[in-house]
Amino acid sequence: MADKLIVSSSPHIRSGVTTRKIMLDVILALTPAAIASVIIFGFKALVLIVCSVASCVLSEYVCRKVMKRENTIGDLSAVVTGILIAFNVPVGVSPFIVIFGGIAAIVVVKQMFGGIGQNFVNPALTARIIMMSSFPAPMSSWNTPFYYLHQTDAVTTASPLGILKEGSSGTMPTLLNMFVGVRAGCLGETCAIALILGGIYLVVRKVISPAIPLSYVGTVAVISLIAGRNVLFDILAGGLLLGAIFMATDYATSPINLKGKIVFAVGAGVITMLIRLFGQLPEGVSFSIILMNLLVPHIERLTRPLAFGKERVKNEN
Amino acid sequence: MELVFPTKPFKTHGGADVPHNKNTAQTESAVMSPPAQVVLPMQQHVGAPCTPLVKIGETVLVGQKIADSSAFISAPIHASVSGKVSAIKKIMLPGGQYTDAIVIDSDGEMTVSPDVKPPVAEALEDFIKAIRESGLVGLGGAGFPAHVKLNVPKDKKLDTMIVNAAECEPYITADNREAIENSWDVFSGIYAVLDLLKLERVIIAVEDNKPDVIEILKKIADSKTNDPEDRVRILPLHARYPQGAEKVLIKACTDREIPMGKLPADVGCLVMNITSVAFIAKYLKTGMPLVTKRVTIDGSAIRNPQNVIVPIGTKIADIIEFCGGYQSEPKKILMGGPMMGLALASDELPVLKQNNGILAFGEKEARLLEPTACIRCGRCVEGCPMNLIPTQLEKYSNAKDVEKLQEYDVMDCMECGTCSFNCPAGRPLVQAIRLGKGLVKAGGKK
Repeated sequence: MADKLIVSSSPHIRSGVTTRKIMLDVILALTPAAIASVIIFGFKALVLIVCSVASCVLSEYVCRKVMKRENTIGDLSAVVTGILIAFNVPVGVSPFIVIFGGIAAIVVVKQMFGGIGQNFVNPALTARIIMMSSFPAPMSSWNTPFYYLHQTDAVTTASPLGILKEGSSGTMPTLLNMFVGVRAGCLGETCAIALILGGIYLVVRKVISPAIPLSYVGTVAVISLIAGRNVLFDILAGGLLLGAIFMATDYATSPINLKGKIVFAVGAGVITMLIRLFGQLPEGVSFSIILMNLLVPHIERLTRPLAFGKERVKNEN
Repeated sequence: MELVFPTKPFKTHGGADVPHNKNTAQTESAVMSPPAQVVLPMQQHVGAPCTPLVKIGETVLVGQKIADSSAFISAPIHASVSGKVSAIKKIMLPGGQYTDAIVIDSDGEMTVSPDVKPPVAEALEDFIKAIRESGLVGLGGAGFPAHVKLNVPKDKKLDTMIVNAAECEPYITADNREAIENSWDVFSGIYAVLDLLKLERVIIAVEDNKPDVIEILKKIADSKTNDPEDRVRILPLHARYPQGAEKVLIKACTDREIPMGKLPADVGCLVMNITSVAFIAKYLKTGMPLVTKRVTIDGSAIRNPQNVIVPIGTKIADIIEFCGGYQSEPKKILMGGPMMGLALASDELPVLKQNNGILAFGEKEARLLEPTACIRCGRCVEGCPMNLIPTQLEKYSNAKDVEKLQEYDVMDCMECGTCSFNCPAGRPLVQAIRLGKGLVKAGGKK
């Protein structure tokens, strides 16, 4: 019998949570916002999501094959990146743009740095910035909600932050409309209630800690209040909720410890509001998160938790 | 300042919601008849190994001291059956180290040695000497000689004894059964230590997944006749692994944090396992040294899971036979619980003093996740009761970076395994950290 027994080092049981199950939870949490995007912006939204996901998964598969590494598409992280890329484009863009975004995110940002957990900036957000600088016109032309119901060609308008900052023509949506997502914007960012539902699901399932979304949104709210702006508007506008709940909480690119998460999120909130108040761009969520991504190693070093019993030793010496 | 009892446990960091699987908690312990042979290793405790006091061919009786050491940190070993010493041979312990072992062929009589008589233990020194002679080691699993713990240095003042009945390891119910079957011994043991060490209060800490244990002990502790000065109380702990780990337990019971590298006595605490405490009472009454042990036999491969009281040194295979044998082919056999227990290469090994469970897992339970890349989810950091960063430590261990390992306090790790349990990527975190601790030890202390 001796040679048949498995001898391994303890522990001998596992929690049952796996990378794949976590990603599945994230996909589930993104589903309400995906459904909302199809309702608000029509079937084209679904086409973009499918193209983006397919591009990411295929890129990951090919990349791993070329690099002669084990296939990792089963962990579903590429699916999450795919959905998030589609969530970050306006409905009017060509599917080729999201396919391009997917390749950029997976090949350049994720796999070239070693794959899951190794990338130091958020792949979907980097893809958004690459797409924005490569295709500035389609990436900043917004269709009005429910445009597909009208017989006319695509009706374009301005985003709420665009109206506020650039004085672009267009009617400002009511706060209630912004809450349910009836406003111009990227696919996944408009429906606040769907995003919040997804966020609550992730917190309940313990996939994310509420520290990042709460500190991020809280910081934006406080600065907005001090600046004398409409606090609710600042929370609901742009990609703040999408960013705070789904992008800033990305494991690979946010601090691993609680204190670090709070510092990271407060930093992102400050940068977002600095851009919104003083920057030339109307929106600053993407840049704020990516800038903070770059600071993660430093934040982690400075906010390292004190090991059990360590403080006492320090005080005695 | 008068010490008060906590009404609820103090906050501790991290931990994991492990499955409890306390399948044997409601089953009365069975007593196993003496096996044909027992194997008694010379190292069944933390400290110096013992040297045999008997020769091959010699006849020994139950309770007779057959091995001892002159070292302070050590504990003597006694014959657990009567019979003849048939061999003294080298065997491999579960941890992989080799030690001599005395093999006794039982005569089936269980004749008790005339040396077994109640000890004189009125003064503290006599008590500590008697405890040493009893061979008692920490029965919760650590196996630290009990007399060393009770011999408190003069410059340290203890006020609190914590009786550890947390039993946070899944499956294991040996302490749980001890508390129910021998509750009165638990209290006489507590009072013996309480009076001799002049302690102010005793907290019996039980995880709240054992309401029957809490109720039984509470009934005794709350009675005016049994505990007139109200010095003993029960504290239900959150059933969250690893509540029973010494440092975590002291924090939960007293809010005191043992400074890094220090001992419970440095924060005025004495922690003893509940079965150890009950043993002290039995020993003071009868003088019978530590020769039997209750072990939980469980796991999917076992036909009749239950607690069994066995002579120490009984072969695992014999106990499993007593429990109806294997109902499926065992793929993994553990000495101890699934979180910190050791996987055995064979069921021919004997039960040791500090052993509280033997688990035999079938194919499904034995299989573990194949490790994949770290996704930096932080579940290891969140779960670490010592507030360390396991994923970083794993990297530094793999890189053999002793300096970084020390900077990140690798030696503070108590190897509870919460990080590996939590890891969704199935990474062998605590396993790597163990190697890292070895590297630091080999590289000299800082």
